[in-house]
Amino acid sequence: MKKTDICTIEHSKIVLNNDIIFETPTENFSDFAKEAYKNLELNYPKFHKMDNLSKLAFLASEMILKDEDHSRTALVFANRSSSLDTDFKYQESINSQENYFPSPAVFVYTLPNICVGEISIKHKLQTENAFFVLDEFDEEFLNNYSEQILQSGKAEKVLCGWVELYQESYNAFVYLLNK
Amino acid sequence: MRKEIYITDYNCVTPLGFDVSSNWNALLEGKSGVALHKIIENQEPFYASMVDSEKLNEEFNKNFDNQNFTRLEKMFLLSLKPLVEKHQISDETAFILSTTKGNISLLKNQKTLPEGVFLSSLAQKIADFFGFKIKPIVVSNACVSGVMAIAVAKNMIVAGKYKDAFVIAGDEISEFVISGFNSFQAIGTEICKPYDKNRDGINIGEATAAVYITSELNQNEKFSFKVLGDSAINDANHISGPSRTGDGLFASIKNAITEAKVPVGKIDFISAHGTATIYNDEMEAIAFNRMELQNVPLNSMKGYYGHCLGASGLLENIISMESALNNTLIPSKNFEETGTSQPLNIIKENQPAEIKYILKTASGFGGCNAAIVLEKC
Repeated sequence: MKKTDICTIEHSKIVLNNDIIFETPTENFSDFAKEAYKNLELNYPKFHKMDNLSKLAFLASEMILKDEDHSRTALVFANRSSSLDTDFKYQESINSQENYFPSPAVFVYTLPNICVGEISIKHKLQTENAFFVLDEFDEEFLNNYSEQILQSGKAEKVLCGWVELYQESYNAFVYLLNK
Repeated sequence: MRKEIYITDYNCVTPLGFDVSSNWNALLEGKSGVALHKIIENQEPFYASMVDSEKLNEEFNKNFDNQNFTRLEKMFLLSLKPLVEKHQISDETAFILSTTKGNISLLKNQKTLPEGVFLSSLAQKIADFFGFKIKPIVVSNACVSGVMAIAVAKNMIVAGKYKDAFVIAGDEISEFVISGFNSFQAIGTEICKPYDKNRDGINIGEATAAVYITSELNQNEKFSFKVLGDSAINDANHISGPSRTGDGLFASIKNAITEAKVPVGKIDFISAHGTATIYNDEMEAIAFNRMELQNVPLNSMKGYYGHCLGASGLLENIISMESALNNTLIPSKNFEETGTSQPLNIIKENQPAEIKYILKTASGFGGCNAAIVLEKC
């Protein structure tokens, strides 16, 4: 297996294969994501309705997938906090009986695999996908699992990665594995 | 030669019983765990399939001394205990936990995240209790989690990373989940009726399930099922609605059957997802027809157990295997009249059958689908 492209997003910086693609002094994740979207001319209005975890996974994946054909690229992602960032917001909407306003638009993002769904939709990836929750980034595990997908012939490439986000703390490490 | 992977033991904790035989007997009698429950204060009760907390505590106290566990953790411990007593945990034994929301109810009225809501902490707590030596793996892929967990175990054992695996799946009824599905207007007003013309939505359920998976058979196994093939393909269509063409489910089944090297005509039984929402049931009917599986006897377990989210796939796999061991097909509860645009062979009563090849499917939010093919050995 060859690791061909690597994108990292942390400290308000997007780095693709050692090149800084985008950087801003903005620390707040929502503003950072908005600025990155504008600056990189992503032109995908659905981006704005995504939750922050999906935005993070989407931005990192977008840098690698671009407009190339990825109809045989599987998605294998993991993180530590699952969808707890959105879970917490959703829970706040139902904590009080007097102020009870559960929203389907928020609820749907209370699953970590939704970010994989968003990437799949953008790139029409009707391919293998998996989401794991691990206490720390375990590249060996993700690579072993991906290798099995490649060996079984279910995919030709795997977009693999760690997409961790909780409130203002975030970190993405996403890479493409080839046979 | 490729390694063969076997399921040789399983157990479950559900509203219909705290072991497999009590569950099986309740199913034979057509009992359902679904009833009206007051889950959210100041709101009307919902139909849901809920484990009786008093009985759960009684059963837990009979088996364990330590009380420092949440309700969901108690259910996990009870489902896993008989398996770890029979099969040894070694340095090469994996522990895979699948869940959709874990201990999400701990989040209520909190200002910061309690440790217990982290899924990896939940898994580690259970792993430590039973003395697992390897770091646990958590599969959290919405409602296909339980089916995928078997596939993950199979693939990691084939890759030579583990010798065997204990796989558990569990989800609990919470105000969090009920209010969310209710905001989607997806919850049925009575006991759910998968595939039926008069269906109007899902019932939420809760359960835990556990299976033991190994590449090495020994003489003491009472039964074994080979895990022949698996796949989990995304619809790439919509994050909360199933694909109208059933593309992802169709491709998942196709991949799983191809890997299994079993002709489609050999599948004896389908344990389907069948949530009793119009969109889900219709999508499944389309996918099964595209695969030419419309004549294979099929059921949904949701009328008995409700939709147990991440746990449903593993629980339903266990019931399928039990069905094969007992040579009996269980009806799809509450089905009367076809409610899908394409035909399905829905099981209407208990009936004897030779079941060798089982197809289990699931679908969920995020466009995920999963399929697995099992062979009775």
